[in-house]
Amino acid sequence: MNGLLRIALKLLLNDKGKFATLVIGITFSVFLMMQMTSMFSGILYQSAANIVNVGARMWVMDPAVQTPQNSIPMPNYVLDAVRSIPGVKFAVPFYVGAGLVKLNDGTYQSATIIGLDDASLFGRPTIISGSITDIYKNNAFIMVKDANYAKLGSPKIGTSFEINDHRAVVVALAHTPVPGLFGLPTLYTTYNRATQDLPSTRYLISYILVQPKSTQDIAAIEQQVKQLGYLALTDQQFITRNDRFYEFQTGMGTNILIMTLISFLVGLSIAGETFYMFVLDNLEHFGALKAIGAKSGELIQMIVFQSLVVGFLGFGFGVLLSSTMIAIAKLKIANYAAMVTYENLFLALIMVLIISVFSSYIGIRKVIRIDPFDVFRG
Amino acid sequence: MILTARDITKSFGEAPNQTYALRDVSFDVDFGEMLYIVGPSGSGKTTLLSIISGILRPNGGDVVVKDTDIWKLGSDALAGFRLQNIGFVFQDYHLFPRLTTLENVAIPLILRREPWDRSLAEARKTLQVVGLAEKESLPPYKLSGGEQQRVSIARAIVAQPDLLIFDEPTASLDGDTGRKIVAFVKEHILNAQRAIIIVTHDSRIYEYATRIIRMEDGRIVPGTGADHEK
Repeated sequence: MNGLLRIALKLLLNDKGKFATLVIGITFSVFLMMQMTSMFSGILYQSAANIVNVGARMWVMDPAVQTPQNSIPMPNYVLDAVRSIPGVKFAVPFYVGAGLVKLNDGTYQSATIIGLDDASLFGRPTIISGSITDIYKNNAFIMVKDANYAKLGSPKIGTSFEINDHRAVVVALAHTPVPGLFGLPTLYTTYNRATQDLPSTRYLISYILVQPKSTQDIAAIEQQVKQLGYLALTDQQFITRNDRFYEFQTGMGTNILIMTLISFLVGLSIAGETFYMFVLDNLEHFGALKAIGAKSGELIQMIVFQSLVVGFLGFGFGVLLSSTMIAIAKLKIANYAAMVTYENLFLALIMVLIISVFSSYIGIRKVIRIDPFDVFRG
Repeated sequence: MILTARDITKSFGEAPNQTYALRDVSFDVDFGEMLYIVGPSGSGKTTLLSIISGILRPNGGDVVVKDTDIWKLGSDALAGFRLQNIGFVFQDYHLFPRLTTLENVAIPLILRREPWDRSLAEARKTLQVVGLAEKESLPPYKLSGGEQQRVSIARAIVAQPDLLIFDEPTASLDGDTGRKIVAFVKEHILNAQRAIIIVTHDSRIYEYATRIIRMEDGRIVPGTGADHEK
């Protein structure tokens, strides 16, 4: 390492009080920023659970639908019309609804009921116990074994209960990659059984799942579905639409943004103030260095280096603390909606760099202005 | 001649409140000299010291150090010139309290981009010269005033500059310590390839000067300066 930077580092590390304040301040700020943005990322991710778990390439829906939690049923002719679009390899109906489960002890629990196309079972979950073909048995349901599994009394294969006053039997247990956002147990059955057993409106199809023949066909399919008066989206477009809904049409995005900004300002003020005091403490010595022969650029280099060191340390500790907290929370609360993403890390890093640049800027202003003649004048 | 100052003039402020700190000051310094600049407070000696060491720009006049007209250099070049040719001992020492004594002494070499280990090795040798080898790992605030002054001297000479500038070196020391320090400087630091300029108003150390320039009201008192009178 360059000797000057080594001196800068020693000046910083040996001022233990200010060094600790700087690192703790930035750590705290990064921790809060990471917590806020990770929670929001987790909420967005889990709110799109159905899109990810089903894995369809394209989704056809009513244009008013914003999130996969809500659907507006479509008439059957839309399915036929979609199937007739050139470029569509296959299209299947898909049902998503809520059912009221009456457990054997007499209590009730809401659950998400998913109805898969009877012929293809497209979008089926990964079976971990039992057989997928058992879904065709009488009153058969497949139970997803996730964090909400216990809410239905941790049923085994063969367990029965009532769903909307219809008998239901668990024939298999399954796994899905992403847990739902609202903490409801999930049951899979066939499309026909779901639409028969659950109260429904005149129209039945929640979504139409489409597999295009090729990626090039997607735009034409979207266009033709639009002419039908409906909306066709790729899975990524649907996830984005869902994200935008939570970001801009609920208060959640704004609140998270405000909290993130407050966390940033806390870090900025603690680091800025402390670093300013640190530079002030060393100001006369920087003046002496100037008199001895240090160039202003070298002093700036030292200050920027010091601010980057505390910035990166605070960033590292903040990310570590936040990740640890999220990991512990997930151990205790399996459905805990928080996830650290590269975007969150990048955002926090940018914020930390702004804090470092701001802190060094106010220090540099003082150091640039000091006149070495002041060292002689005392 | 190591230093030639000609017609140095310096004023502060704008007319009509302009105040002259120096008026047409001229003198020379030769290798091997220990020159004192003395005079009452406000006589302009610190301003003169700052100008001849390349820190404060004069309004007029020339300062030539080792054949270089220093005020014709740009600011970065001038900083580089000071680093290569001039050593400073400040009145308040200006040692970094968060660095060890050894690291403080090594600073001029580090500024010269010498490797870290070599800089510390040279600093260690220089601390031996000033008799503080055993204090190298201590921070300066754990040293006495006289020891801090010696550390400051070690820092000034570690890079072997030809010209040493001392600003009130005994101001923060008791009389006995001050005399010992200056005697030490004359005996061990001054040599035929080097000149030392000391600004002081401590008459107790005048006996160590090879020459004294007396200043009053921004001018050299006639009969001093150009003469090698002591």
